[in-house]
Amino acid sequence: MSAIFFLIGCSVLIALLFLGAFIWANKSGQHDDTYTPAIRVLFEDDFPSEEKELDRQVNLGEENK
Amino acid sequence: MDKLETVQKEQTCFHCGDEVKHQTYEVDNHRFCCLGCKSVYLLLNEHQLSRYYQYNAHPGSSVKEEANRYFYLEEENISKSLLDFQDERMSIVTLYIPGIHCSSCIWLLESLHKLHAGVASSRTDFLRKEVRVTFYHQQLSLKQLVELLASIGYPPVISLQDTTQDKVEEQKNHLVRKIAVAGFCFGNSMMISFPEYFGIGAFEKDYAQLFGWINLTFALPVMFYSGSDYFVSSLKSLKQRRLNLDVPLALGILILFVRSAWEILNGTGAGFSDTLCGLIFFLLVGRWVQQKTYHHLSFERDYRSYFPVAVTKIHEGQEKTVALANIQVGDRILIRNNEIVPADAILLKGQACIDFSFVTGESVPVEKVLGEIIYAGGRQTEQIIELEVVKPVSQSYLTSLWNAPEQAERKVFFQSFSNKISRYFTPILLSIALASAFFWGSAGDAQRAWSAFTAVLIIGCPCALALSSPFTLSAVLSVFDRNGLFMKDTLAIEKMAEINTLVFDKTGTISTLSDDRFHFEGKLTAMEASMVFSVCRNSNHPQSRKIAKAFGETCRILPMSSYVETPGSGIQATIAGKDILIGSRSFAATDKDLFKVAGTYVRIDGETKGVFCVEQKWRSGLASVISNLSHGYRLHLLSGDGEKDAKALSLLFPHKEYLNFNQLPADKLSYVEKLQHNCQKVAMIGDGLNDAGALKSADLGIAVSDDVNNFSPACDAIMSGASFEKLPRFFGFAKRAMRIIYSSFVISLLYNLLGMYFATQGSLSPLIAAILMPLSTITIISFTSLATRLYAYKYHL
Repeated sequence: MSAIFFLIGCSVLIALLFLGAFIWANKSGQHDDTYTPAIRVLFEDDFPSEEKELDRQVNLGEENK
Repeated sequence: MDKLETVQKEQTCFHCGDEVKHQTYEVDNHRFCCLGCKSVYLLLNEHQLSRYYQYNAHPGSSVKEEANRYFYLEEENISKSLLDFQDERMSIVTLYIPGIHCSSCIWLLESLHKLHAGVASSRTDFLRKEVRVTFYHQQLSLKQLVELLASIGYPPVISLQDTTQDKVEEQKNHLVRKIAVAGFCFGNSMMISFPEYFGIGAFEKDYAQLFGWINLTFALPVMFYSGSDYFVSSLKSLKQRRLNLDVPLALGILILFVRSAWEILNGTGAGFSDTLCGLIFFLLVGRWVQQKTYHHLSFERDYRSYFPVAVTKIHEGQEKTVALANIQVGDRILIRNNEIVPADAILLKGQACIDFSFVTGESVPVEKVLGEIIYAGGRQTEQIIELEVVKPVSQSYLTSLWNAPEQAERKVFFQSFSNKISRYFTPILLSIALASAFFWGSAGDAQRAWSAFTAVLIIGCPCALALSSPFTLSAVLSVFDRNGLFMKDTLAIEKMAEINTLVFDKTGTISTLSDDRFHFEGKLTAMEASMVFSVCRNSNHPQSRKIAKAFGETCRILPMSSYVETPGSGIQATIAGKDILIGSRSFAATDKDLFKVAGTYVRIDGETKGVFCVEQKWRSGLASVISNLSHGYRLHLLSGDGEKDAKALSLLFPHKEYLNFNQLPADKLSYVEKLQHNCQKVAMIGDGLNDAGALKSADLGIAVSDDVNNFSPACDAIMSGASFEKLPRFFGFAKRAMRIIYSSFVISLLYNLLGMYFATQGSLSPLIAAILMPLSTITIISFTSLATRLYAYKYHL
């Protein structure tokens, strides 16, 4: 029956992980705007990819120098 | 069917969806209503942004008003105060854009970087109607950014309040996190408690001890983190010698915790940890539901958000942009057409014709002569004028008006229903607890006395009561919201239910200055009408466009030999050798003309032919609104205008003696206060600055606005003008909502009584508590939400 200690420990630990994940999400502002992302995801994917954006910023940085 | 659709397509503007009357603006088989819409389309097309039109049909808003001038953003102090962040390369600014209304808007505003290389990225918050733009300020200044936004039809609104107020971060209570913690502990503690409910066998008694300890561990964060607000709030209210609803709640929570801890530590019982966690979880959810706010609407506006951010000052012969806060007595300032006079000042140069409609309610602009004082808040309707400031901005007539009710803070503190109840609730609860403790104590059963005392306080914890108001009122809030009435908070609905007297403002509230309806005072022959039309169709001024639109169907286009348009004054043109002047009174009217009204004057060949007046129109359904409300409410009318409409209104309103004209803003304020002194609960329904004092001092201030995102004075609720005819239903529904709260209070009392039966005998088992508490909560939540929706359906809201 000592398995019960292990099982309770496991279940509480996993639940704690989820609680931690939720609090992290809340802290990082994921619940600040709950409406716009739902629309944003429907747009066609023609945003400049992150690499391009980085390139652009690097170029700009060089220009500024 | 297909044919019909194509015909419809052709008649509406591809950009904004307005009706297209002329066929002058056409590109790529798309028709546009005006040059503004067409140029936005061309600009977007040029930057491969035409997908804007694919997400929604006619997503644009037509650029009806003249573009606002953002000259003050050149001033570094002002632009800096608007920025959220700035380093050597980047700046970040958050701009409020009321025009955001659909997914196309979001898409376009987040594609700004395609429109200008100086924009690094932009993020839209749809509900707040805000855009956060990161830009390289060496390539793009804040002013250019704002002008870019304005050029694509999304002019940001920047007010003095933004620059002077330190951006106070909203006080974050981390309520969501508290709910998460409480929910986590509630679920786990429930799971751990199940063995106890189903009965633990004798040989498993060791585990009972373990489960108890785990339960206590779960109760700790809930008690000291999630539930902390209740202790803070009840301590505060005790210090003020008032009993709010948090007092019995905190008492119940405390007793629950103490008794659970005592039982677990002594090993005498299982404790009520799961009930404690569940209680706090549900209470916090109730609190969260109640906290609904409209981020994009501001109810706490003061004079600063009405005033311009900066004005042009003349300093040693040079024009200079100065922040309004730096304007001093003796400064000379320039006010252009359509700008607001920011301080009481003397007219030095130019022709002043000031529109005070928002300040005084008087709809006819006032002409001022040189040397006369012009009060702050008026809008110049003619050319540029030069003024000398005679009073600091903060002491002008307008500002003092706004601040007046604050100085005389006579507003009675409003007690919500649950606070009223809790004044009696706590003493009764305590006396029952003490009585049962005394009963068992005198019988010599100390153990039972203690458990009866604690059980009464636990079971009497007004959890369901604390939830009935938030859930009912927030449901009402969202029903009102759907129907164009935005309440500041749930307390405003309780205030609304107690109102017995309504005070209306006239201009802008029960009547609108309808833009599209003109009437022409005077006479025009068909030939003259064609002349006026031919001249007006060439101008982009809103007034000219409206006149051209109204005449468009019947008139011919005549060739013109000359055409000169003077901004702020009017148009001078020659057709068939005849001089035509169309414009403001001083521009087009002769001195001895007969028309003494404001409007657009027409003079042909030296003779004043007449004037285009905007027609005042009663709001639709006014008569039925008034007759409906006259049962059960006393109706008053306060108008800043003269008595010209008295006859029409006395037919509508039941009491002639309650109609008041020529009311100054201060009169309105004192009128409302007089009514309040006679123990009447007054709702003021108004729109302009002239009602600001009355709106604030009334028990409930409702600001009516045709565009809810527009400026409106401080108030308890903002109502969209289109919803005016629903006013009687709004008031009726608010009363119903309070009745729902009363009934759910009775239901929760029944549950409390049932629990009391066990509690007073000292035989409250954790299982009964664990069943009763969530059951009553769920009953209340479902009853209130169902009843509210049912009544909303009945009231057609």
